[in-house]
Parts: sequence; C-alpha cells; structure tokens
Amino acid sequence: MLDILMIEDEPNIAEAVRFILTREGWQVALHGDGLGGIEAIRSGKPRLVILDVMLPHRSGTEILAELRNDHDAGLAATPVLMLTARGQATLHLPQADAVLAKPFANDELRAMVRRMLN
Amino acid sequence: MPFEALVAGCLAYVALMFGVAFAADRAASQGRVRWLDHPVVYTLSLSVYCSAWTFYGAVGYASRSGLEFATIYLGPTVVFTGAWWGLRRLVRVARMHHVTSIADLISARFGKSNRLAAFVTLIAVIAATPYVALQLQSVSLSFEVFATDSLTDIPLAGGGGTALWVAAGLALFTILFGTRNLAADERHHGVVTAIALEAVVKLLAFLALGVFVVWGLADGPADMLGRIASRAQDQGWILKPDRWTALLIVSGAAIVALPRMFQVLVVEAADEDRLGTAGWAFPAYLFAMSLFVLPIAVMGQQLLPADANPDLYVLTLPAQSGQNWLAFLVFLGGFSAATSMVVVCTIALATMISNHWLVPLWLGLRRKPQGDDPEDLRGFVLNARRVAILSVMAVGWLYYQATGGTTTLASMGLVAFTGMAQVLPAMIGGLLWRGANRNGAYAGVGCGFLLWLAMIFLPSVGIGSPPPLPAGVDPLAFAIFLSLTVNMLAFIALSIFGMPDPVERLQGLSFVSAVDPIRHSRLARGADQAEPLLVMARRVWGAEDALRFFRSEAAFQGKSGYLPDLTPRFLTRLERRLAGSIGAATAHAMIDSVAGGAELTVSDLMEVADEAQRAKEETQRLENATAELARTARQLREANDKLTALSVQKDAFLGQISHELRTPMTSVRAFSDILRTPDLSEADRDRFAKIIYDEAGRLTRLLDDLLDLSVLESGQAQLSITPANLHDLIERALSAASATRPERVFRVDREPLDEYVAVITDADRLLQVLINVIGNARKYCDAEPPVLTIRVRRNLRGGAQIDIIDNGSGIEAGRQALIFEKFARLNDPARAGGAGLGLAICREIMANLGGEITYLPGQGGAAFRIVLPRRPPVPVDAAHRLRA
Repeated sequence: MLDILMIEDEPNIAEAVRFILTREGWQVALHGDGLGGIEAIRSGKPRLVILDVMLPHRSGTEILAELRNDHDAGLAATPVLMLTARGQATLHLPQADAVLAKPFANDELRAMVRRMLN
Repeated sequence: MPFEALVAGCLAYVALMFGVAFAADRAASQGRVRWLDHPVVYTLSLSVYCSAWTFYGAVGYASRSGLEFATIYLGPTVVFTGAWWGLRRLVRVARMHHVTSIADLISARFGKSNRLAAFVTLIAVIAATPYVALQLQSVSLSFEVFATDSLTDIPLAGGGGTALWVAAGLALFTILFGTRNLAADERHHGVVTAIALEAVVKLLAFLALGVFVVWGLADGPADMLGRIASRAQDQGWILKPDRWTALLIVSGAAIVALPRMFQVLVVEAADEDRLGTAGWAFPAYLFAMSLFVLPIAVMGQQLLPADANPDLYVLTLPAQSGQNWLAFLVFLGGFSAATSMVVVCTIALATMISNHWLVPLWLGLRRKPQGDDPEDLRGFVLNARRVAILSVMAVGWLYYQATGGTTTLASMGLVAFTGMAQVLPAMIGGLLWRGANRNGAYAGVGCGFLLWLAMIFLPSVGIGSPPPLPAGVDPLAFAIFLSLTVNMLAFIALSIFGMPDPVERLQGLSFVSAVDPIRHSRLARGADQAEPLLVMARRVWGAEDALRFFRSEAAFQGKSGYLPDLTPRFLTRLERRLAGSIGAATAHAMIDSVAGGAELTVSDLMEVADEAQRAKEETQRLENATAELARTARQLREANDKLTALSVQKDAFLGQISHELRTPMTSVRAFSDILRTPDLSEADRDRFAKIIYDEAGRLTRLLDDLLDLSVLESGQAQLSITPANLHDLIERALSAASATRPERVFRVDREPLDEYVAVITDADRLLQVLINVIGNARKYCDAEPPVLTIRVRRNLRGGAQIDIIDNGSGIEAGRQALIFEKFARLNDPARAGGAGLGLAICREIMANLGGEITYLPGQGGAAFRIVLPRRPPVPVDAAHRLRA
C-alpha cells in the first residue's frame, strides 16, 4: 500500500521531499499538477496526502474540499498535510489535518509525517 | 328577530354614527385633528369603494360567474400598487389647486371652463343616481330578509317605505355633516371618521361570516377548497380574457374617477403622503374583503334552496343556521356599506351640482346688480348644496320606486363604473400631457359618454338594446373597449389639431409639472383696490374667515390693516381659495366680474410665457444641482472602490511575492540540509548542489525584477536617452534571446529594410523589452516548426511600431487583459522559469519611454505591438531645470 502521495508542482521541492521521506522507509508517489490530483488520490489510496496550496489549474484547497466530500468515507478521511508558501497569514485551513509553511526544516517535515502516519 | 328590535338596533347604530361624526367635527373645529388625519383613518375611508354592491353583490356575482368577481378587487389593487406615483401626483396637483370634485379637476385643467365641469357633472349624476338607488334597494331587501314579520303589515314600512326612511335619514346625516361649513380646504372630518368606523364594521362582519362559513358550516379550509373545486367543475368557470381585461381597466378607473372615490381619495386627503400607508393597506383591506366571497357563494348554493337570491346569501346563510347575532352583525355590515357609499356619493354629487350648475346659474341671473350685492353667497352655496343633497337622494329613491329595483346588484354598479371611466382619459391626459386641450377633453368625454349611453346605460334601464354582435364577442367588454378607445382617440386627435387658450396653457403647465406658478398673470384691470374683492370673499366665506385671509395676505406683503395690494400672487391665492369653496370655474368668473377684463391680452401672454420659462429654468437649475451632487457622490464612490481595489491588489501582490520568494528558498533550505547527510552518493551531491545554485539564481533574478519594477513604477528610473537604430536593437535582442530554450530553432521572418528607423530613446531599456517579448515567444510558442515574424513600421507622428508575432496557439481572449499584470504567469510555471513579472516590467518601461506595449488579438499566434514615440516626453522636473 502506498504510504504517501505528494501533489506539488515545483519539481525541486518535490524531489527534496521525496528524498527525505523515502530515506525514512516510506513509499512516496508524486503528482505534479492540480489537474488530476483527486484522481491520483482515488487510485493511489495513500495513507497520507501531502498537498501544495498553490497548484496550476486547480488549487490545493479545491482538491482538499473535493476529497473531504468524497462518497467513499474512508477515502474522505485520508489525513492531509498542506504545504503553503503564502506565509503565516494563510495557515488557516480548517479541512487540513496539518499545515506546514515553506520553507520548512527537514526534521520538522519528518516528525510531522511520522506523527500523522502512526 | 322582531321588526321593532331590528329598527331599534339600527337606530342605535345610526345614533352611534351621528355621535362619532359630531365628536370628530368638534375635535376638528377645535384644531385637534391629529388622529383624524391619521393615515389609517384615510385608508379606512377609502373602503367606501366597497359599497353594498361589493358587500352583498360580490357573493351573488361569484355564484353566477365564478372567479370574475375578483376583478372588482384586483383593478384597484393594481392601481394602488402599480400607479402609486400617479396617485400621489394627482393628489398633489388637486390639493395645490383646491380641487373640490372630479368635474372641478377637469374644468380647472382645461382652462377653468364651467361648461366642461357642468358636462362632467351631468355624466356623474346620470351614472351615479341609479347606483344610489341600488344602495337603498339593498338596505330594504336586507330588512325584508331579516324581519320575521311581513313588512307590508307594518305602517310606513311597506312598499318603498323602508327605503324612504333610510333615504331621509341619510339626507339628514349628509346635510348635517356635509354642509356645516364652506372653508376653503373643504374636508369633512365627521363624515370621514364615521365612514372609517363603518369600514371596520363592514370588514369585521364579513370576516366573521367567512369564519363561520368555513369552520362552522364546512369542515375547515380543506373541505371548503374541495367544495369550491367541485363547484368550479360543475359550473365550468371559465376565465374570459376579454371580460377580465375590460373589468380590470374599468374597476381600476373607478377607484379614481367615481365621484365618491375622488371625494375620499383626493378631496379629503390632507396631503399626498397619506398614500404611503394607503398604498399597501388599502389593497390589504380589499384582499380581506374578498377572501371569503367564494366560500360563502359556494356554501349558499349548496345549502340554500335553488330559488334563493344569491345577492342575499350573506344574510340568509347565518339566518337559516339560526345564528341571529351573526346575521345582525352582517346586516349592520351591509347597512354600513350602503349608507357610507350613499353619504359620500351624495356629498360629492351635491358639491358638483351646486358648484357647477346652481351657483353659475345664480351668478348669471344676478349679473346686473353687481358689486355691493348684499346677498350672502355663502348662504346660497350652502343652501344649494342642501337642495342638491335632497334632490340626489329623492331622485335615487324615485328611481328605485320606478324600476322596482333591478334584478341583480352587480350590473348597476358596473354601469356606474363604466360611465365614470369615460372621464379618465381626459384626466390622465391632462395630468401628463401639456398639449391636451379643452376641445380634446370635450370630444373624448363626449364620444365616450354617448357610446356608454347607447351601449351600456340605456339598455341597462330597458330602453333600446345594444347593437347585435357576432357570437363570442362579450357585449360589455366590447362596449368598454370601444367607448374608451374612441374616447382616447378623439381626445388625442382634437388636442393635437387644436390650440389651447392662454389660461389652459397656464393650467396645463401647472398640472403637468406639478409646480405652482404662483405669480401667474392674472392682472387686475378696472379695480385698483382690494375692497370689492373682500366684499365678494365675505359673501363666500363669511365675514370672519374672509377678513382673516385678507389680513394674513396683507401681513405677507408687509402691510398693516386688511387690504393687501392686488399683486398677481395675492389674486392667484384668492382665486385658488375661492375655488376650494365654489369650484375653479366659478371662482375665476367671480374674480373676473369684480377685477374686470375677462380676456387675457398679449402682454399677459408674454408673462405666461415668461412664467413658463422661469419655471422651466428653475426646474433645470434644480436638476443641474441634483446631477452635480449625484456626480460628486459617484466620484467619491469610484475613488473608494479604487482604493479598496488597490488595497486588495496590494495584499494579493504581497502574497504573490511571499510565494515567489519562499518557493526557491524551500528548495535551497531542504537540499542544504540533505547535503549534510553522510552517506550521499557523489552524483546526488552534485545534482543537489546544482539545484541550490539554480534556485539561488532564481531568487536573485526575482529580487532584481522586483527592484526594477518598483523603480520604474515610481518614475525614478534613470533613462539614458540616445539616438538608436531599431535594426541593430532587434539583431541584439534576437541573439540574446536565443539563450532561452536554445534547442528550439526559430525561423525568423523579417523585412530588414523597413527596420532602419532611427529613434531617440533609452536603447538598453528598449532592448530589455524586445528580449523579454522574443524570449516569451521562444518559451511558449508550441508550433512546429516555430516561426517568428517581426515587422517594423513608421507611424505618422515620426515614431515607430514593432510587431512581434509567433505562430503558436497565442493567448486566449479572456486572459489577454491580464498578461501585463504582475505575477500573471500563465500555463506551466516550470516551463516559464520566471516569476511572472516580465511583461509588467515591459509595460512600465514603455510607459517611461512615452510609448506602449499591447497585445494584438487575432494574429494567429501570440502577437505584441510595441509603439515608440519619436522621442520620449520630457519629465516634469527636467522641464523645470531647462526653464531655470
């Protein structure tokens, strides 16, 4: 089973996060666009979704809202970690389980993901 | 119920009405009019519209023709809700001119012609007298139903006896409270208050009966609706569009044009603000009155014998069910409806008859011994009214006796409605159209009247018959449409082809603009002092009132004593006040007879024209001031909107900057941390170091762009202006831009000869724009093979334009306006690589250089046009330096 699905359009950030989390032993998949994000979650059924707020074509908040309204209750309850580069002012995302502001410390990311997966 | 008890109950009720009227009149004479003037009292008095016809007849109407009865309520509702503006206007103009009746209004508008007023009075009398008879009939019918003893056995009650007693009582009431005074603002507080009380009784009685029928006789609303539905099916109620339209028009007209309605709606109104409350409250009253009509009609048909008169279901239903008290209450309601209608109608008709028939006749006969005539005109007018009241009542009773009562209550009401509707076109036209004139009014009202007489009135009293019509055409609807159409056409045609006389012109201006041209041009000729006018006014108002008016006018002019100068203002006001007592036409004629010279001269006409002009200019000035205010308010609003938008933009911009800065920083920070991992492969280490290097470069570029943009936007950019050649600049831009996606090989389509254009500009800045635009084409052009077209053209002012067009898919229409905004990066950010500030910077550079950059839609691909002036504009501070 897939541990983590990451939806992030910045290839460098995506690579960094994947590198960090793969080394912890988790299996990480990547989707690089807002478009098709929700389908990627449905087909991958990850234990955790890491979701960027600012995505091309379809924003992270829209994808999150759609996920929470999914008719599959188990899928709708998937834990979601949001990444935002909009600064502290936009950290208020009530539907997300956790929010991490960019830039973040790698330890911070690791600890947060570990907590959410357990 | 025994006859004596019934009579006693009635008498007690009548005594109550007398008492209320008396108390209200006394309160008014002591100046305590506040509660009398309350909008609710006014609204209730309007319910005089619901006469015995609506009280008894609506149920009869509904049992004969189903839903059609509703038109009688809907017409006024539509007028009150849809034309409240027109009603306000009507009341305002009528109050301004002290109008005493609808005949007076028409006459005042069309040059104060008494003949026209007399004619309208004639129509009103012919239309309304049978209607009065109808009310008397309804009262005596209801007596018959109610009294258990046979009426013929009782002295003075048999035959038309009841009606005679009722008529006599009503005449007494009307004379007592309708002709108490002859004040200029003729209002009847006592009568209006009594009517308001009767309106409440009417409503309560009808609602009580309705509740009894729905919950007492039927099993609640659901059962009732079922019965109505099955009845509707049995009888096949059909909505006939022609009849509905005609009846809506006619009942809408009636609410304004019927003499009694004009009396309560306009003459008794203190001011037009009353209509604010009445505008919703009166339709609500009508709705309440109409709510139970169908239930009562249907229950009546089901429970009562087939030969029972549907017009009396209202009474027979509770009486048959043994509900004597309810029946008595309903009887009082019907009695209220009939009596209030008769009283108001009689007052209105008597005012018209005395003002437009009797007084002019008397004045005409008395013309010879003029001036210091000792005769008291006031006494004559009051007596004329009393005689008129008695006559109307007597004729109504005689009519009832002669015809023996009509078979249905509804038909006679409709006859009156349609008759008075003929006055409406002239009235509305007179209020809205300055070109309307007297001949038009005569022609319209006359034609309408004759058609009404022939097609509706005479057949209704059994003389002649309506013309034969093809099957399927409803005779009533046809007559209504035909008479009103001919009426309007005649009115409009003669108004267009005729010329209004000067007085008409003046009145037309005043009516249509609803402004009071107070300094109007009545000039006193032949009289050099106010004495004879005072003598005359005394005859109308009585010594005390006349003296009070003259003294206040003198005081207004700054004179002591009681004789003001004969200024146009004074004469206008005097005439208006007199008109309030004896009608506009008579007042006009009387002042003429004293002040001399009935005809207006050319110089008067000039003054009329001046007055019109002044009024127009004044209106114009006010309109301008209003427009000015509106403009200022709009500017403020726009400025505020702009500031708000700017603030929103600023927030969005800061958010964007944050995002653009944090994104590369995230990579830098994450990979720096990763680099410290001990067991990293050499290849990974190199790759991650390169990412850090690239992202740091991206950060630097972003900061450079931001700085550049802020310098350009603030206008602080240092430009080094030199002569330059566009060909050279394009060459350099192409070679510099080829670093962007070098794998894409573009075919560049140029016309080099055209490019040798010398311009004076900041060459580096222009180069920056060209590189940016060409670089964008290289980044985004998705065509294969990619082609870039560059065209240079001189423009007329000595400047140049450079079009740069690629053959890609271009920019969709919705986004073309956005691309020059900051951070308007489109499509895939990874492919663009920049922060989305490039075109925003280009736009600022071109603005600094005195030119512009725009997107050219419809060129097949992305297309930009750069326009350059021959030389950049001289900055303001530089210009200062030059002058110094």
